Amino acid sequence: MIGWLFISAAHAAGVEEGGAHHAFNPMHQFIIHRYVPLKIFGYDASFTNSSLWMVMATTAVTAFLIFSMQRASPIPHRMQSLSEVTYEFVANMVRQNAGSAGMRYFPVIFTIFMFVLSLNLLGMIPLPGLGQFTVTSHIIITFALALFVFLGVTLIGFFKHGFRFLKLFVPSGVPIWLLPLITVIEIISYFTRPVSLSVRLFANMMAGHTMLAVFASFVIGLGILGGWVPFLFMVLLMGLEILIAFLQAYVFAVLSCIYLNDALHAAEH
Amino acid sequence: MSSPDDGEQDRGIASDSNERLKERLRKLEQKLEPRDNERGILSEEERLRRSSALGKAFRLSTELVAGVFVGGFLGWLLDRLLGTLPLFLVIFLLLGIAAGFMNVIRAAREMSGK
Repeated sequence: MIGWLFISAAHAAGVEEGGAHHAFNPMHQFIIHRYVPLKIFGYDASFTNSSLWMVMATTAVTAFLIFSMQRASPIPHRMQSLSEVTYEFVANMVRQNAGSAGMRYFPVIFTIFMFVLSLNLLGMIPLPGLGQFTVTSHIIITFALALFVFLGVTLIGFFKHGFRFLKLFVPSGVPIWLLPLITVIEIISYFTRPVSLSVRLFANMMAGHTMLAVFASFVIGLGILGGWVPFLFMVLLMGLEILIAFLQAYVFAVLSCIYLNDALHAAEH
Repeated sequence: MSSPDDGEQDRGIASDSNERLKERLRKLEQKLEPRDNERGILSEEERLRRSSALGKAFRLSTELVAGVFVGGFLGWLLDRLLGTLPLFLVIFLLLGIAAGFMNVIRAAREMSGK
């Protein structure tokens, strides 16, 4: 919602390409462009730059995994060991946080991790002719992902434990007069999960890329004499942003595992 | 007459050396294990977890904000359904703040526990 506000603000400021005044706006990079306008039952289902980057991300991940595992040998070559390390990293994450019962859902967690990671990293690369765009800097994307995890985990919990899953909201060892209050708080706390999960990823990506754009404007503004100082700073910021791209994909996947663990072992509390 | 007996003995020796081989393999694995942990995948993950003070700070702050946000939204929704505007908004905002704090305490405990 906040991202949408910024986008509409950027529109209001008139920073569309070809506008009369080329005022600098660090929010310009978040604007959605419709490449192929499309309407299905009155809903806007256009193919946008966001869709294009998502297609690129899924293609890149699929190509990476397929080509790196072609001619796989017991002694892995460079690309093969890269994809093996990725696999083991996620497998260990699932096993540690959701137990061996959680390994049934490893494909989902792996897909989420790779999708978010590749979107974050692709956002760091400016492409000739297309510019630069970070899909995960839009809250509607991250919220949809988080909602998918939230609904999936809740359904798994109900299928596995039936109505005993609701014991998750009733902690043991609480005095009876406090129990209704605690239960309401627990339920609210459960519903904060998709919000905190999505806001964290979106806020990190948007703040980082806005900061990069602002520092880039300092480089231009200070010119060839003074521009070197913010330029050096930008090199460091790029490193930080790449770290954050990994970190936030990791945090998203780890929290999905922790929620999965709660659903799988709800009745044991 | 003696040949099947010999075969039995042979197999006995074979399974015996097999056992010994398994034992040696197990010992080798035990020797290799700590070295694997020193610079394996697990330590990589551990390092990421430790180095990410920034990630922790972000996790805690969003946890708090999300509690307030969800509490307020649920209260507002109830008010809209029942037409009692300020009542449930205030109650659920307070409950949401409590839920946010509970989440933060839980996340912090989980972080220090590991």
